[in-house]
Amino acid sequence: MFKGGFIQNLPRIYGLYTGGFIVFIILMAILEQGGVSKEAIGIMFVAFTVCIYALIGWLSRTVQVDAYYVAGRQVPTVFNGMATAADWMSGASFVALAGGVYFGGYGYMAFLVGWTGGYVLVSTLLAPYLRKFGCYTVPDFIGTRYGGNGVRFCAVLVLVLASFTYVTAQINATGTIAARALQIPFELGVWVGLISILLCSMLGGMRAVTWTQVAQYIVLIIAYLIPVFWISNRIGGGVFPHLMLGDEVARITDLEQSFGLIKNSAADIKAAGVPGGLKSIAVSHTGVPEGGMAVWKYISLAMCMMIGTASLPHILMRYFTTPSVKQARKSVAWSLFFIFLLYSSAPMLATLSKISLMDPNLPTGIIGKPISAVMGIDWVQAWSAQKQVFIADFNGDGILQLNEWFMRTGVVVLATPEVAGLPYVISGLVAAGGMAAAMSTADGLVLAIANALSHDVYFKMVDPKADVRKRLIVARVLLVVIGAAGAYIASMRITSILGAVAWAFDFAMSGLFFPLVLGVWWKRATREGAIAGMLAGLAAGTAYLIYVYPKFMGNVWLSDLTGIDHLRFGMIGAPVCLVVMVIVSLMTKAPDAATQRMIDETRVPSGRAILGKQH
Amino acid sequence: MSNKEKHWEKSKNHMIVTLVIWFFFSTVIFMFGAEINSMSFLGYPLAYYMTAQGSLLAFVVLIFWFANKQEGIDDECGFGEEDE
Repeated sequence: MFKGGFIQNLPRIYGLYTGGFIVFIILMAILEQGGVSKEAIGIMFVAFTVCIYALIGWLSRTVQVDAYYVAGRQVPTVFNGMATAADWMSGASFVALAGGVYFGGYGYMAFLVGWTGGYVLVSTLLAPYLRKFGCYTVPDFIGTRYGGNGVRFCAVLVLVLASFTYVTAQINATGTIAARALQIPFELGVWVGLISILLCSMLGGMRAVTWTQVAQYIVLIIAYLIPVFWISNRIGGGVFPHLMLGDEVARITDLEQSFGLIKNSAADIKAAGVPGGLKSIAVSHTGVPEGGMAVWKYISLAMCMMIGTASLPHILMRYFTTPSVKQARKSVAWSLFFIFLLYSSAPMLATLSKISLMDPNLPTGIIGKPISAVMGIDWVQAWSAQKQVFIADFNGDGILQLNEWFMRTGVVVLATPEVAGLPYVISGLVAAGGMAAAMSTADGLVLAIANALSHDVYFKMVDPKADVRKRLIVARVLLVVIGAAGAYIASMRITSILGAVAWAFDFAMSGLFFPLVLGVWWKRATREGAIAGMLAGLAAGTAYLIYVYPKFMGNVWLSDLTGIDHLRFGMIGAPVCLVVMVIVSLMTKAPDAATQRMIDETRVPSGRAILGKQH
Repeated sequence: MSNKEKHWEKSKNHMIVTLVIWFFFSTVIFMFGAEINSMSFLGYPLAYYMTAQGSLLAFVVLIFWFANKQEGIDDECGFGEEDE
């Protein structure tokens, strides 16, 4: 059945895997009909998928440096696209994105544009050139292009700061999902999540992470799309929701007008005892806010996310794994295609979720119904018990108004299947999808940090004579240490999922975007310029964040004035980085002839990589 | 002009064209979000459609086009890679 090598058989292997997963879903559906409890189905979904990932991780174990760092540079374009998509779409994307659209409307959807448009920058400015360079890590490129350990260390610093901000949020998400699905406390769930993450990456490094990420993408996309298509067809929204929900969107706008979009005052919310983090609908579904400031806020958020995307090391390093430069380029396109499948579905899910709750003509509608009746619905009871939804009868009329219904953002994805009356097997599937999304991103991030520390700090700076065995042991020890540190911080629950995710983009764009891009596109960029740019950009961005963020110094007047709040501090950091880098570069001596030749070589796709196969 | 210079010149122009299109779909149309939202596409208000789906789709098509055309430039200048 399997002739030829592993790579030739990939389509068949993952085809079988997908088929097997679908059979598993059907089996669960049969068990549900047979009377197996919801809890048991949830546990089986999460446990079964995590075991499969761990198995793939174990099968991909390796003792070769090349395989550990860049999966042996033999990952075909389409599969690398899937792996990147899983690497990219975090627990936040999966669980919170549709909820964000649900509550935030048009303004929030700048994230959708930002998190996809960034790939155009990756493809045109960076990925093919970094692939030609033949580096193992992103700091490896910076260190070789500009020359010297100082600049390499600065790049490691930015990488660690950006990726670590991101990884705690991911481990937090795995913990939340594991806790809910396996019925264990959150603090324990975090450590269960961490062990699952390490099982996928520790033995095989990039090779193991690649093949588990492909498997995780398949699970998460099935888990996201099935509910969207199913609900759409069930409520008569259309066979293909992406093209056919125009009427539902218009209907929501009508319903918003008849119910009224009311923003509750903070005092009312407090008096009614609404649990923290729960929101009611106060922003129009499709309306575009008017005025220059609204436009600027939309554009600046999208811009931050796009430039941040092109600077995040755990994404860039995925393109080091393709066999050629040409394939690196194609692979970016496939990545975006696979990401598009989920991101274009998030607004559709938000629409379906909203219409299910709001439309009084649908059996699932609850807005405008008597509160006593709504309180009797099973899913309302279950989710209220977990403080995920809340009803506050502000006007005391006993009827549920639009502004009296509160939900946590994650509920839109996690509860909509139940709300729309789909069997519980779909909710179990969604939990497995969320777990896959959070794990795959956490894996990529932990690996990016550990690789930078083991390759760039340990091997390049501390002990350049270390043999392969020692290097890989150090890499693995670091992986465990970083994962444990992330899990420890996640278990303290410092910030909400999305705040931290946006920060990672801002940190990365403040420190890394221009040093990377100018490294390829501007021969005159010098080492001193790069060091000054990275440090100045990072310092300026961080200082601004500390100055305006309400939980730090909280000088909100400044962010109100400029429109640049804590989600967008990269808009300060990146320009500072660019200006400082250009000025300092022009003030220092131009790079020598050898460096110039190296840049010329980087710019042509054919020929040998700049850095050797083993370095 | 050497082959290498010609290749880089063409690649650079191709990059600029791609980024202009990218800028249009990521930024320019959203500068007029409030204005274009009264128009409709597939029954959706236009600005809503673009941010929910339209621009995203434009990026996917753009990157595939970019990659194919860049491969053409590489081959034309003799820097294409052999398929394995």
